[in-house]
Amino acid sequence: MAKRIDVADLNIYYGETLAVQDVSMSIEPRSVTALIGPSGCGKSTFLRSLNRMHELIPKARVAGKVMVDGQDLYAPDVDPVAVRSQIGMVFQRPNPFPTMSIYDNVAAGIKLNAKRMRTSELDEIVERSLRQANLWDEVKDRLDKPGTGLSGGQQQRLCIARAIAVRPDVLLMDEPCSALDPISTQKIEDLITELKADYTIVIVTHNMQQAARVSDTTAFFNLRGIGQPGQLVEIGDTATIFSAPANKATEDYISGRFG
Amino acid sequence: MNSPRTSVQPSDLSAVLSERLFTQGSLPRYAPGVTLAAAIVVGGVLHLSGVASGLAAVAVVVLYAVAIYGWSLAVEGARKAKNRVVTTVVTAAFLLALLPLISVVITVVGNGVGRLDVEFFTYSMHGVVGEGGGVYHAIMGTLLITALATVISVPVGMLCAIYLVEYAKGKLGRAITFFVDVMTGIPSIVAGLFAYALFALIFGPGVRMGVMGAVALSVLMIPIVVRSTEEMLRLVPAELREAAYALAVPKWRTIVKVVLPTAGAGIATGVTLAIARVVGETAPLLVTVGITTGVNMNPFDDRMATLPVFAYRQFMSPGLPPEPAIDRAWTAALLLVAVVMLLNLVARLISRLFAPKARA
Repeated sequence: MAKRIDVADLNIYYGETLAVQDVSMSIEPRSVTALIGPSGCGKSTFLRSLNRMHELIPKARVAGKVMVDGQDLYAPDVDPVAVRSQIGMVFQRPNPFPTMSIYDNVAAGIKLNAKRMRTSELDEIVERSLRQANLWDEVKDRLDKPGTGLSGGQQQRLCIARAIAVRPDVLLMDEPCSALDPISTQKIEDLITELKADYTIVIVTHNMQQAARVSDTTAFFNLRGIGQPGQLVEIGDTATIFSAPANKATEDYISGRFG
Repeated sequence: MNSPRTSVQPSDLSAVLSERLFTQGSLPRYAPGVTLAAAIVVGGVLHLSGVASGLAAVAVVVLYAVAIYGWSLAVEGARKAKNRVVTTVVTAAFLLALLPLISVVITVVGNGVGRLDVEFFTYSMHGVVGEGGGVYHAIMGTLLITALATVISVPVGMLCAIYLVEYAKGKLGRAITFFVDVMTGIPSIVAGLFAYALFALIFGPGVRMGVMGAVALSVLMIPIVVRSTEEMLRLVPAELREAAYALAVPKWRTIVKVVLPTAGAGIATGVTLAIARVVGETAPLLVTVGITTGVNMNPFDDRMATLPVFAYRQFMSPGLPPEPAIDRAWTAALLLVAVVMLLNLVARLISRLFAPKARA
């Protein structure tokens, strides 16, 4: 059920400040798209505008079109809650619900929405999601323990399990490995590669190697100057972007000559 | 010879080195004790020669501070000398703050423990003249009125705090915050008069009901509940709300199922402390609920007795002989102190037992 995303002339604002200017890009289904670029260039802001999380910040707004399989996310009668049920998100810092057990964290998307479901069915979803997140073997004996008792890497995989338990079509990841050690990062990267078969994945990362390893398409965002809005500089095949970028700024950034 | 330091003569060098040592003089460990003992002796002499005891105590502290400063300055240097003086000031301030508390506890326990018997807990004052009698009716009254006040203030206060934290933006939110702050400072007698005026408008003047007291106490409780709940809700990380939104959970469910449980222990602690704050209020109950000698379990009809008003009444109009009434007043006061202390302990227990746990 992976979906295609087409962004056209997207401008993202914080109050009167234009944060991201004129982004147009297409995100292919069943692929991983990496967003790279220096801090403050609007990668995360752009990512959050793809499931209408951006507008949760007071006075934040978006102008332009985000089409998901032909439906405009920002059409007037669109329910942001319905959007988020199909476009899941994993955050920079692992954020399991501290009042809930591991099991309840994975089931949170279902339980919090008070969907009625048989226990056996829910058990199945929890196990499937945890297996998909490569966490099942580590936690199967302590599903009733608090989710916050896990290590950072396990917590992040728990959050991924939580996000995929509601079977979204698109998975947005905002620097999911930036707080993790290399081994946990490796596990999550493997997981991303596995999940690609079923989901459209968009990942923001500061780690160029990670972008090169996991993504099919890479988009480079940059600021034109200090105080200027962020822009999409270049988007293309990951191999091409990393070997023969069309833009000088992209080349400088990925080769470490930036700034 | 590429830097000025290396050009120092050998004899100067040792002088320079000795100035740059890590060690420095320090007072012996017994120094504070000895100084304090000396200061106390001087204070004692002053007291014996006719100086009032309070003044002598101040003299002890001042003498100690001056002496330790001078001694430390001579041996240890300016920084440590200042440190010793400030330590003295902080300790003295701490003891000063503790003094009234200890004094109150000792006096109340000393005077109140005499009547702490079974009769005191099981009898009302109905038909009691002179010795005997109890506060059963006042305990019940305090419990009922405080419970009612809690039932009124907790929903109002929590909903108000939820509005402020989760929904308010702009002027209305700021106005509510401002008026909650103003409410925090309302004198309790004004809250009582407000409740009396409100019920007099509805039921006519001279009305007396337990619920009037509950309303008066709510006026005092609501701002405390709002404040503490607000603080607890703001402590809930925005990331948790975002996590819930990203799972397509609507805002109201996020608040009910994620935010409130996460802040639950803190909110419960705040509510308990708010109860502790109002349970000893006297003035608003005096003007709204009044006092009675018998048991009245119906807070919607007629006067009720409460512990603070009972203590006040027994003390102000003890009758003849006055001693039994004064004793009852002390024991009622002891009971109130114990209740407040118990509520504070319960609050600590709640926050320890029900806070979200980090480790399995």
